[in-house]
Amino acid sequence: MKQRLLAVLLVLPALAMIIVFFIVPLLASIIGAFEVEGAFGLGNFSKSFELYSSDMIFTALIVSASTLLIGVFSIAIGGYLTLGENPLAVAVLRWLYRWPMFIPFIVVGQILRTFLAKNGLMNNILVSAGLLTPLQTVGFLDWRGIVIAFVWKQTPFVTLLVSGAMASLDRGTIEAARNLGASRLRILVEIIVPQVAPTILVGLILSFVTMMSVLSVPLMINAQSPTMLTADIAFRINAHGDYGVANALGLISLVMTAGVAFLYLRQTVKERS
Amino acid sequence: MTTRIDLWWLPRAVLLGLLAFIIFGPLTNLLLWTVAEKWYFPHMLPLDYGFGFWQRVFSPRGNAMVSLGSSIVIASLTVVVSLALAIPAGYALSRLRLPFRGLFLLAFLIPQAFPNLPVYVNIARFFYQIGLNGTIAGVVLVHVTHGLVYAVWIATAAFSAVDVDLEEAARSIGAGPFRAFRDITLPLAAPGLLASAIFVFLESLDEFTGTYFVGAPDVTTLPLLLYTASSGGNYQIASITALLLLIPSIGFMLVVERFLRADVLSKVGH
Repeated sequence: MKQRLLAVLLVLPALAMIIVFFIVPLLASIIGAFEVEGAFGLGNFSKSFELYSSDMIFTALIVSASTLLIGVFSIAIGGYLTLGENPLAVAVLRWLYRWPMFIPFIVVGQILRTFLAKNGLMNNILVSAGLLTPLQTVGFLDWRGIVIAFVWKQTPFVTLLVSGAMASLDRGTIEAARNLGASRLRILVEIIVPQVAPTILVGLILSFVTMMSVLSVPLMINAQSPTMLTADIAFRINAHGDYGVANALGLISLVMTAGVAFLYLRQTVKERS
Repeated sequence: MTTRIDLWWLPRAVLLGLLAFIIFGPLTNLLLWTVAEKWYFPHMLPLDYGFGFWQRVFSPRGNAMVSLGSSIVIASLTVVVSLALAIPAGYALSRLRLPFRGLFLLAFLIPQAFPNLPVYVNIARFFYQIGLNGTIAGVVLVHVTHGLVYAVWIATAAFSAVDVDLEEAARSIGAGPFRAFRDITLPLAAPGLLASAIFVFLESLDEFTGTYFVGAPDVTTLPLLLYTASSGGNYQIASITALLLLIPSIGFMLVVERFLRADVLSKVGH
């Protein structure tokens, strides 16, 4: 009993930080979403839908598309790291894929802003190589730029988790399938991916939530309409001091994430039990 | 057999080359911008190279030095506060019999599991009322809350990886519980704790959104300076700032496995 009390006391200060500086403001944001000039109502939501419904669809599509691409690329890279038969190619890939992992989002935004612009290095190289004429170049600083930034930054993280899970699988079934003549692609899709599905899911959900709260990438790459909800929230606060609509937009992105976060919690609880 | 392998190198080389371009192309672009004195369309490479913008960034009157200073002060304070909270919590979560242990561990994940932006907006509003807005202390509190999941989870894993028998042996020859912790468990868990400190330091160094709402305009960190320079169209200053943020991140990527050994890593989140 005494030990339990000590344990609770040791955890309590850290837990208090989370409660005071995260959970309380989160609740304040949810309550604030329903507050219209001192009374409770749905005014903030009707205004939000009126002004930003296209941005809501835009956000959902961009984040879902990015999550999907991250999943495909991380399975492909992880699969080659696990099944690749050429040690040199595997070693090169292992060294190569993780570079963007710890690069901050704001730096990713700046790097890709200059790289993908209409007159950025990417188009300059294509023009110099004779693949494009200067008149044919297009900038990617719209939804494509945001998707590229998200996939560029998040794929290494998910790949790290996924390839770790793949490496710890039992090699027996893989070798057996290989001996029976199954192709490597078939082994990846039918044997490996189903077994590491929980890890893939966790990685993708964490990426989904991260991308939903990134402000710097949409601000740096595409701040014009249509843009992501995070940029709209910042704009409501900075330009209008409009906490009501900002909180309503926050709650809407929270609801988008809640479904996904629920999947994550269920997964972790299942693993723990 | 040999010819088949040689043929396979063709698609391999193309794909690996493409991946290398996707990863290093943008990074090279950043490096070029940091030393480009003059660079405009349609020239593929800068017309003039030089370190003129570096001198401007690092001049004593330049605001980059101020930002760098406050970034380092904030990140260091964040590490100190986070570890002061995470070491007792991690010890309790790994060694003591704690009711609802799983729920406690999950609670620290909450700041990662919800979009942060609405929270920062409301913290800024609350801090404004109590005078913490635009102060270093306010920014540190926000960064600690965000980094605590790494600190607590890695500290818990680090303590779990230390053999409990060693601590019990120290106790049985007469050491008190605090002494056993200080002389046996803490030093053995130190590499894991160091890893969590580096994680928290980098998270704080790179944090943009919270600082943007709670710190700006009084507290400027490197990410805020980068954002201001970039929106002003000053790509050289923005790229030099980005490079300053990039170096610790890439350095950490290269050494992370040396600090986070597999025995600790396998216990993270358990």
